Amino acid sequence: MFKYLKQLTSLVAMVAVLFTFTTETMAAKKSKTLKNTQKKGFVRCGVSQGLPGFSNADAAGNWTGVDVDVCRAVAAAVLGDANKVKFTPLSAKERFTALTSNEIDILSRNTTWTLSRDADIGLTFVGVNFYDGQGFMVRKNSGYSSVNDFKNGISACTNLGTTTELNMRDFFNSKGISYEPVTFEKADEVVAAYDAGRCDTYTTDKSGLAAQRIKLSSPDDHIVLPETISKEPLGPVVRQGDSVWEDIVRWSLNTMIEAEEYGVTSANADSMKTSDNPAVKRLVGAEGELGAALGLDNDWSLRIIKQVGNYGESYKRNIADTGILPDRGPNELWTKGGILYVPPAR
Amino acid sequence: MENRGITFGYGFLSQESSFDVQFSLIEFDGSHSYFRAYLVGLLNTILVSVIGIIFATIIGVVVGIARLSNNYLINRTAAVYVEFFRNIPLLLQIFFWYFAALRALPLPQDTEAMFGVFFLTIKGFFVPAFVWNNLDIFIYSLMAAIISIIVIRIYAKKKQENYGIQTPVLSISLGLLIILPLLSFLVGGVNASVEIPVIKQLSQSGYTYEGGIKLPPELISLALALSLYTATFIAECVRAGVQGVSKGQKEAAASIGLTPNQVLKLVVMPQALRIIIPPTTNQYLNLTKNSSLAAAIAYPDLVLVFAGTALMQTGRAIEIVSITMLTYLSLSISISIFMNWYNKKIAIKEK
Repeated sequence: MFKYLKQLTSLVAMVAVLFTFTTETMAAKKSKTLKNTQKKGFVRCGVSQGLPGFSNADAAGNWTGVDVDVCRAVAAAVLGDANKVKFTPLSAKERFTALTSNEIDILSRNTTWTLSRDADIGLTFVGVNFYDGQGFMVRKNSGYSSVNDFKNGISACTNLGTTTELNMRDFFNSKGISYEPVTFEKADEVVAAYDAGRCDTYTTDKSGLAAQRIKLSSPDDHIVLPETISKEPLGPVVRQGDSVWEDIVRWSLNTMIEAEEYGVTSANADSMKTSDNPAVKRLVGAEGELGAALGLDNDWSLRIIKQVGNYGESYKRNIADTGILPDRGPNELWTKGGILYVPPAR
Repeated sequence: MENRGITFGYGFLSQESSFDVQFSLIEFDGSHSYFRAYLVGLLNTILVSVIGIIFATIIGVVVGIARLSNNYLINRTAAVYVEFFRNIPLLLQIFFWYFAALRALPLPQDTEAMFGVFFLTIKGFFVPAFVWNNLDIFIYSLMAAIISIIVIRIYAKKKQENYGIQTPVLSISLGLLIILPLLSFLVGGVNASVEIPVIKQLSQSGYTYEGGIKLPPELISLALALSLYTATFIAECVRAGVQGVSKGQKEAAASIGLTPNQVLKLVVMPQALRIIIPPTTNQYLNLTKNSSLAAAIAYPDLVLVFAGTALMQTGRAIEIVSITMLTYLSLSISISIFMNWYNKKIAIKEK
């Protein structure tokens, strides 16, 4: 009897050791960024210094915008609360360094996805949350109706350290027009200089033009020319080398877009648990074990939809209803004539 | 760095830069290398620093002496200027001058020509340019004039030390400086024509000027802000220097029959300069380093072009920041070495 008890104890001890060991390897499998985020209790998110519709803080310091919503979605998935985000406003110049030097964990700052950025400087783009293109804003009374009216000697104001600077050169070179680039570090100074008449045109992403136009002294005296001179797919960026974290951010964004596709909104998400469509059930966590693959629980996607909403809700709230770009253009679902198309969550 | 997927190396300097710069002293466009972009930024930094140092020194000396004036109005005005400008942060002043200038300056089509050839507009200060033929001969004649002036000065000094005879060095120098370049025009085949800026219509409401030389408003407001700010500190150095020379020196000089001008030139200034030079060196260094605030108002200096655009386009933060730091360090050290040499030259030579 005594002998058996001893054996039992050692067996229990062995099982206990084995169990600790397995849970530890499971935790080790998790990403370093995920672990740190859970320990800190908030997601560290890099945003712009104020671009209405994308990332903009109100007087009370509340951040809103489609870029902000990506970070909120990740916070909802990982920490269970979309408000557990610490936002860091960054200039175009600082943004990548802040990410690679571990100051932030997600860069969601209207950043264009290019090969050199993706491959060369320790970054990974996880997807596209806004399809944009570079355009030109001019004064209405200039009589310009197209970029083909531009003449030699035109001066163009823009932001320092962006793809805009490169596109602008490509564009003016291909047209054979000599121009004067005037580049500022902050968007507010670009707007002020253009407003004062320092420049004949203001060039940046069209969404940016639409957002910054509101800041001009008389917005109605300015128009955005119809031409788009470049592709600017904007999306969230993470550090290279943490593929679990990369997947979490990617699928948080994809969840928002797919939720819109299946008509799941923040209002009806709970009731969708009993839907007949398995794809919808997977989306709200009523079927499958998708969360485990990301090291999360099974309600991660339901929380995103309930707390942040689907992509359409986010777009409407931040960009359409604020009058920045009422028309969704290419940022419409593929089923409705746009190019938003994400891989299935299954 | 390897962990984070960052590679290190200076090879990018020879790559094509593919961006343009608004204002440069050497020819530059996107087909040139990042190294040339670095040179463009460096030269622009040096340009604004040199302009700033020259004007800061002139304003500083004038204001410093004005503060010592017995005229109540003059010395109060100078004091108010000094206290006002040195107590407001420089970045604010730069913004003030830039945006105030942009608000105040007329559009190209509304401006009135100064002397018929200068046009001050919101898009820049357009001045006539000289188009030279045989510029090299003109430069040689100028160099010859300068060298002969130096030789004559040395000779005149020796003559005075040995025989006590004074030579009218100033008038001879001025004569040489005028006659030799003039000869190059008459005999050497040098001629220059003037290219005056002409207004050009860009659109129904937009205009600019073509031809001549264009000084961008960013350069003007930056140089203005830097020199007005630094001049206040230099003025205080000058005041300290002149007041540091004891009154007895002036009285003694006057008592041996020197004129007030000679008292200033031969007795007060040589002693005052010894006090003025070292702290003024600091101000020159500050001005050069402060010029890096240019990035805020789009003046393409080293920080904006190289540590800004080039850094962004290549993502080579460590390499570019290290080069930029080394560059400012070398610039500062060069200024210190020069000023130390000058300081030594005017220091008391004890025999």
